[in-house]
Amino acid sequence: MAKIIEPPPETRRKARESTQVKRSVRRLEGKSKVDGSAEYILNLSLPGMLHGKIARSSVAHGKIVRIDVTAALALEGVHAVITGEDVRRLIPDPYYGPAFHDQPILAIDKVRYAGEPVAVALATDPHIAEEAANLIEVEYEPLDPVFNEVEAAKAGSPIVHDTLRPAATFADLKYLKGRSGTNVALSGKVRRGDLEKGFKESDRIFEHTFRNGKVIHAHLEPFVTLAEMTGAAALTIHTASQSPSFVRTEVSRLLGWSENQVRVRTAFLGGGFGGKLYIKLEALVAVCTLLVRKPVRIAMTMEEHFYTITKHGATVRLKTGVKNDGRIVAREVEIWWNGGAYADIGPRVAQKSGFTAAGPYDIENIGIESHAIYTNEPPAGALRGFGISQVVWAYESQSDMIARELKMDPLEFRRLNLLREGRPHATGMIMADVDLDAMLDLLEKKLDWDRPLDRGTGTIRRGRGIAIAIKACVSPTTSVAQVNISGDGSCSVFCSTVDMGQGSDTTMAQIAGEVLGIPAETVRVIHPDTDVTPYDMGTLGSRSTYHMGNAVRSAAEDARAQLLRIASTSLKIDVDDLECRDGAVSARSGRSMTFREIMVARFAMQAGNIIGVGSFLPPYDKPDHETGQSENITPFWMLGAAGAEIEVDTETGRIHLTKLINVGDPGSAINPDSVERQVVGAATMQMGFTLFEEMIFNDGQVVNASFADYKIPGMLDLPNELTGEIIEVPDRLGPFGARGIGETGMFAVSPAIGNALFDATGVRIMEMPLTPERVLRALREAQGRPLETD
Amino acid sequence: MEPTHRRTIRFTLNGRPATADIGTHETLVDVLRRDFGLFGGRESCGQGLCGCCTALVDGLAVSGCLYLAAFVNGSEVVTVEGLARGNELHPIQQSFVENCAFQCGFCTPGFILMTKELLERNPQPSTDDIRHYLSGNLCRCATYPDIIRAVKAASQLKA
Repeated sequence: MAKIIEPPPETRRKARESTQVKRSVRRLEGKSKVDGSAEYILNLSLPGMLHGKIARSSVAHGKIVRIDVTAALALEGVHAVITGEDVRRLIPDPYYGPAFHDQPILAIDKVRYAGEPVAVALATDPHIAEEAANLIEVEYEPLDPVFNEVEAAKAGSPIVHDTLRPAATFADLKYLKGRSGTNVALSGKVRRGDLEKGFKESDRIFEHTFRNGKVIHAHLEPFVTLAEMTGAAALTIHTASQSPSFVRTEVSRLLGWSENQVRVRTAFLGGGFGGKLYIKLEALVAVCTLLVRKPVRIAMTMEEHFYTITKHGATVRLKTGVKNDGRIVAREVEIWWNGGAYADIGPRVAQKSGFTAAGPYDIENIGIESHAIYTNEPPAGALRGFGISQVVWAYESQSDMIARELKMDPLEFRRLNLLREGRPHATGMIMADVDLDAMLDLLEKKLDWDRPLDRGTGTIRRGRGIAIAIKACVSPTTSVAQVNISGDGSCSVFCSTVDMGQGSDTTMAQIAGEVLGIPAETVRVIHPDTDVTPYDMGTLGSRSTYHMGNAVRSAAEDARAQLLRIASTSLKIDVDDLECRDGAVSARSGRSMTFREIMVARFAMQAGNIIGVGSFLPPYDKPDHETGQSENITPFWMLGAAGAEIEVDTETGRIHLTKLINVGDPGSAINPDSVERQVVGAATMQMGFTLFEEMIFNDGQVVNASFADYKIPGMLDLPNELTGEIIEVPDRLGPFGARGIGETGMFAVSPAIGNALFDATGVRIMEMPLTPERVLRALREAQGRPLETD
Repeated sequence: MEPTHRRTIRFTLNGRPATADIGTHETLVDVLRRDFGLFGGRESCGQGLCGCCTALVDGLAVSGCLYLAAFVNGSEVVTVEGLARGNELHPIQQSFVENCAFQCGFCTPGFILMTKELLERNPQPSTDDIRHYLSGNLCRCATYPDIIRAVKAASQLKA
């Protein structure tokens, strides 16, 4: 813990010492996760259900000429085969998506990527469904595809969608409605100062282009959804989703039903990382259920994950003007996001990551353009960071390149330019509750930056690198919560935040427990069920601790106020002289009532409920469309810094991490252990994306869609030393000073490693991942003995 | 006569005699789930490369997504549900709880069963031993440092 800045006085709580927050409470669900009893949707079977298997497009772009389901239907045990035309019988306009209504439930008239769902075979047995799906014959008339995001943005490129169909939910996308002849789904802009003047005043100008490929979430629990009719016009969807409230809204919109006719419930998720957001299988399974009037279950294989949602590939062009003393005076950024065939949340990735693409630096003159681009690859969406690691790869690689050219220490170059408390961000918002200096100081200390590094001998070369990054939390978003006291005085929290491993159940229990003066371990958190738990925008973007945490806090305060009022009447003591402490309402005099006694006083027996309600929507000002300027663009800033020490084998190109230090700022951590685990976990995931994870495409076909050919980090890939460090700058509006942390460990890892590679070998690689082959090729190129290409 | 693609198997499951009528193409993880309601072993990668579906067959860890159910006829099968004694967790499970050696928990049963096999063969493993032995189990949340701590703590409990 490097540094603590006190929150402003008005947010300081008079209350007693905290007992439940700022404490590393063990996971509430620990026992159920080690004895096999934890509930996942994957466990669920429904009586009489059919299993669905998806037949997928074999071409990247083509017109559907004919679908022949005869052989599939003839197979014993097959109940039905559903195609896009069947879907249209139920839903005339069956297109969905959070930003654009562009994705058909099953392909209609044409396919836009290899792997796109074209038909579904439904059978009593999953193996029969699979065999039937393989028997579905589809004839295509191929169309020219486009795969590269920069090519797709140019005039004359093949067009993925004839017309753009922005969803009504995002008012700022309305201007795109009906636009045709383009693959650009959105161009997000930021303008600040005078870019031209800034470059004129610069002593040196650096311009580079960086790239990264596509990777996947690879959550180990697959995509899985079941649906059943629970009445003539009522549908229940059980799904491994990070956004049950969104699923309800979108499925009811598609069906033309009201939201209260659709129930969406989930359980623990076996990982999500942004993959299980918005609509994945839910609309398809709902339609199948309504068409065949039987419960339907579809669980994808790991291979199918590669055809469902990916992280964005991106090309980032960065032009930076600096003074000879190292001050950055101008920065121009242009980003092309490879969004694949359907927008999913890609336009939001483009826009939101665009806002912070100039980095955590104080720069007078900034111009950013960030383009969401359609291509004929699988759709790209959110992956733990909403595009941040792609832009950080660019600007923090370039930070080192500039520092080296100016013969400055990379750490000092950053320190000189840092964006500090009270200064305007590129969007115009004044920075608050940030201490980037403290993060660099901590990195400097943990890396022993001043001590010369052992450079290695022979074929092993050593180097080190750092990086620091910023993200704006997505805004504006709503969370609603209820806190319910039962007749025996026990407490349940009702909220639609999904515990997908980040530990939100425990965090919410801590927050409710803190307000009510009861141990977090006794609080039960009810899992999302849209018939039961109130609305939440989604478990995404590291927003839950802050948004839902505030809602739970308000709900608990509401319940507490009711408890205190009843106790005040019973005890004849003024409310202001009472407090919730140790599971009871107590007065200074020592008199007290347990929660159960209060319930009995109110309801004459052990009965009834006291229900507290809370909701949270942070302050927000919509950014100007042309300049991106806003006084209130984000409820809080998310910061991440990383330092890496590596060994490079110059004969094989393999990078081994000897040290990876990750610094995050959770504000006042609700659960310090959980924070550290999230930071380390995110950093390890990003290490995989940096060193070896990459989807490989051949004519739009994913050729490594399995764990045999696409490796994710295992124990042998761990750095020798791997730590998550936290500084705590309390957030003025966060619950008990906390802010979100889940993504921040991802941000800075890649350029820290890339910069270490340069430090070790003098070779700069502009494109991720830094696979042994890519490193070896670059080393040999630098030695003037390039390897042959295949 | 019994059709050739179906078979009745008899085996010991978590210490109790068990019988199942299975298809010869069905895997152990399918049968444990469908016929016995045991969900601790889960199919994820479907290729025996992630360890989520691990079960112990005659004391040896197998990938339940590849291992045909027919092969367990006459064998002793242990799943994560069979480790606790009544309400008392197995020391390895207890150690995973105390060290919070999980996040989403999906891979956890596989890690626990693999750790059981490891500690039976090597009661005092070094960090390096642990990393090698558990390299076939993947945790996408990357809770690896806590898992290594939990395995070490469990080995000390058992010693």
